[in-house]
Amino acid sequence: METITPQHFLILAFLLFGVGFLGVVIRRNLLLVLMSLELMLNGVNVALVTFSRTGQNLDGSLFVFFIMTVAAAEVAVGLALLVALYKKRRSIFSEDAGLLQN
Amino acid sequence: MIFSRHPVSAALFMIISMVSVAGLFVLLEAFFLAILQVLVYAGAVMVLFLFIIMLLDVGPEGAKSSRLKLVSGFAGVACFSILIVLSLLLVFDSSPISQGSTLWPALDQSLLVNGENLVFSTRVKSFGFGLFTKYMLPIQVAGFLLLAAMVGVIILSKKVIREEKV
Repeated sequence: METITPQHFLILAFLLFGVGFLGVVIRRNLLLVLMSLELMLNGVNVALVTFSRTGQNLDGSLFVFFIMTVAAAEVAVGLALLVALYKKRRSIFSEDAGLLQN
Repeated sequence: MIFSRHPVSAALFMIISMVSVAGLFVLLEAFFLAILQVLVYAGAVMVLFLFIIMLLDVGPEGAKSSRLKLVSGFAGVACFSILIVLSLLLVFDSSPISQGSTLWPALDQSLLVNGENLVFSTRVKSFGFGLFTKYMLPIQVAGFLLLAAMVGVIILSKKVIREEKV
């Protein structure tokens, strides 16, 4: 068996992104949609670190740092929105979230 | 994770995958990012998720369709068999990551900057150097973004009492 190459890491990053995307598409619970978004961001992070390590360049790793910052802020705001939505509608399913449809 | 019916079990699977991504960062010799991943994601973010799950008291989603159940069972079996095969291969022929390969160049830790480029290294010092020289403006923006998120969350979660006052 050959050594672990960057391709393995990139395939895994792509799989993580794909699983996250599938979760965003098929789930109706908005909490789980937010968690799947986190999974997509993690896939991107793995790809960035892989390229950063292969190219001997720190810029990719620094971008991972910023992506983590943005993800943390996004989760905080998204969960606050979710709590506000639950207070108003008593439900966190995505089909109950439309304001304009009825 | 995305097929599990109960949000709490989905969150616990999510913690497992976050810690595994941290392990991948260790393999890629980005130790600082691995620590950050465990602290930020597996610590703070998932605690926030679990807290909100408990707070809202969401039960499992309605009865799962038989097709979704079939898909989740198939995915579970496939992932488990792939895991078994890969671990057997690794047990029988383990090879460290940067051994005799040109794709994983050996790290030169002696210098921080090489011309225009910031050099990848395992030291936290180089992270700090990069963040406070080349990425000075983005780190200020990130700090401001966190402040804006904090203020926004406080305003969003406050009780609305404007209507009564008017």
